[in-house]
Amino acid sequence: MHITGVLSSLQITRRALTASLPGIALAGRAALGQGTSQLLNVSYDPTREFYRAYNAEFARQWRTRTNQNVQIRTSHGGSGRQARSVIDGLQADVVTLALAYDIDAIAERGLIAPDWQKRLPDNSAPYTSTIVFLVRKGNPKAIRDWGDLIRDGVGVITPNPKTSGGARWNHLAAWAWARRQPGGDDASAEAFLSRLYRNVPVLDTGARGSTTTFAQREQGDVLLAWENEAHLAFEEFGRDKFEIIYPSISVLAEPSVAVVDRIVDRRGTRALAEAYLQGLYTPEAQALAAKHFYRPRDAQARASAGDRFPTLELVTVDAEFGGWGEAQRRHFDDGGSFDRVYRPAR
Amino acid sequence: MNTDRRENLLARRSAILAAILVGVLFLLLPLLAVFVEALRRGLPPALEAIADPDAIASIRLTLLVAAIAVPVNTIGGVAAAWCITKFDFPGRGAMLAFIELPFSVSPVISGLVWVLLFGAQGWFGPWLQERDIQIIFALPGLVLATVFVTFPFVARTLVPLMQEQGRSAEEAAATLGASGWQTFLRVTLPDIRWALLSGVLLCNARAMGEFGAVSVVSGHIRGETNTMPLHVEILYNEYQFVGAFAVAALLALLALVTLGAKAVLERYSGMLGAML
Repeated sequence: MHITGVLSSLQITRRALTASLPGIALAGRAALGQGTSQLLNVSYDPTREFYRAYNAEFARQWRTRTNQNVQIRTSHGGSGRQARSVIDGLQADVVTLALAYDIDAIAERGLIAPDWQKRLPDNSAPYTSTIVFLVRKGNPKAIRDWGDLIRDGVGVITPNPKTSGGARWNHLAAWAWARRQPGGDDASAEAFLSRLYRNVPVLDTGARGSTTTFAQREQGDVLLAWENEAHLAFEEFGRDKFEIIYPSISVLAEPSVAVVDRIVDRRGTRALAEAYLQGLYTPEAQALAAKHFYRPRDAQARASAGDRFPTLELVTVDAEFGGWGEAQRRHFDDGGSFDRVYRPAR
Repeated sequence: MNTDRRENLLARRSAILAAILVGVLFLLLPLLAVFVEALRRGLPPALEAIADPDAIASIRLTLLVAAIAVPVNTIGGVAAAWCITKFDFPGRGAMLAFIELPFSVSPVISGLVWVLLFGAQGWFGPWLQERDIQIIFALPGLVLATVFVTFPFVARTLVPLMQEQGRSAEEAAATLGASGWQTFLRVTLPDIRWALLSGVLLCNARAMGEFGAVSVVSGHIRGETNTMPLHVEILYNEYQFVGAFAVAALLALLALVTLGAKAVLERYSGMLGAML
């Protein structure tokens, strides 16, 4: 008894030193009791509300299934920056990021198996989204399609593609539209984007920062936003302030999820982490995704969402840009198309 | 002669007016805005935001980080100021300049250096990982970043005072046979205690409020590695404006109490000093 006590206090000390805040976390963990596991989900910016709902749902399911409590922690930020944090040692059991490339970047460092995208259905993307326009009520600048974004006097709000996943989707969607215009090719698309970025007064680091800039600080005339982010701004700031515009063409965004192998194997949380991600494909989670304006994969959830998700032409990164590796190299790495077209506003 | 004096008076008055104007516009108004926004929907929602478990965790974490960083910097700052002002050694000037380094380096860099050293890809990353020791994205990283940023406060408050006081008292103590430690406790410390306290309080205010460096090493795990300034940003980004400003107001209050204590100290230090 005495020895066990000493041992467990030693363990606690070790945990306190290694894991995090001694006193606080200890008290928290002690209160959670024996059967509680912790899971850290490192995600990107606009998923906060969805994962808060899903975490509660999953914890409930896990408790009924295994009679164990699970506490899910989340961290949110620009997708690229979050990937960087995991590479730098943030102990993420699972990553749920804006695009496959950011997970590839983690996989390249050996933290995730290279075939991660094949481990779950639908390219490991349990829900999809697309890029839409959010404009001020009444659409005073008459913005209908991508071509309207380069007009004089139109302020466009979009985050920085170097740090934000959403911004990369924005960039590629604009590129795809420009290339499909009469006489369009890569050169004309680059010229189009160069004019578009001239209308961008500020580049935030993440999608949520841009939404706040547009909606709260009332900068710019149009926000290039995730579909779910646009709807959320609607809910938060009132339907009488904004309108959502669906352009003629956009991208099929596949935010991907993966278990971080090296970390779950070390922490012994693999079963829990895998169940957490698989749970995203259940009807309940799919319905939650639809509720938070992510396009569900599940046909039934899609059907019951009704006209919540208008159909529009969606290009895929694989077909249009030859996959994320290629898209990243050509557009967002140093010297890529973004570096060539972006000049900070005067 | 007469016009000269009148012009002087005019210059003085406009200078005072300008100072007050700048003070109100750039210092008082933003501070007021924080409290107004926090109480926009009344007191209950603001209190509710502060009672949220994640907010409580951030408050505890902030106080804990300050509780470690401030003593470390107090000891380090006193030692540095003592060395610089009481002894001659090569590199003294360089050390003085070095102390101010954190003031001149951007907080982002102050955070990134620790990631470069202790991050998984950093110099000591593999060694730490083998031993399952987490520094970045955990409490030790937050403390390191805060210590780095707030190091100059204590030393910078003490150095000018100790320089002015000179070394004669210490030298006298030494000739009378006092040990170094005795000299410090009985001669130096009583002379600098009020300045030391004010440096400590400033250091504390900054330690609680630091954002940039801490943001880099935090990892932003809700309820675990978010300090109050980071929690404010998170709430703001989640459209919880009342909550964001409520926590911000609490943070501002903590800082104001600290500064208030400093002002009181400075005012009564002479009187108290005479009493003690």
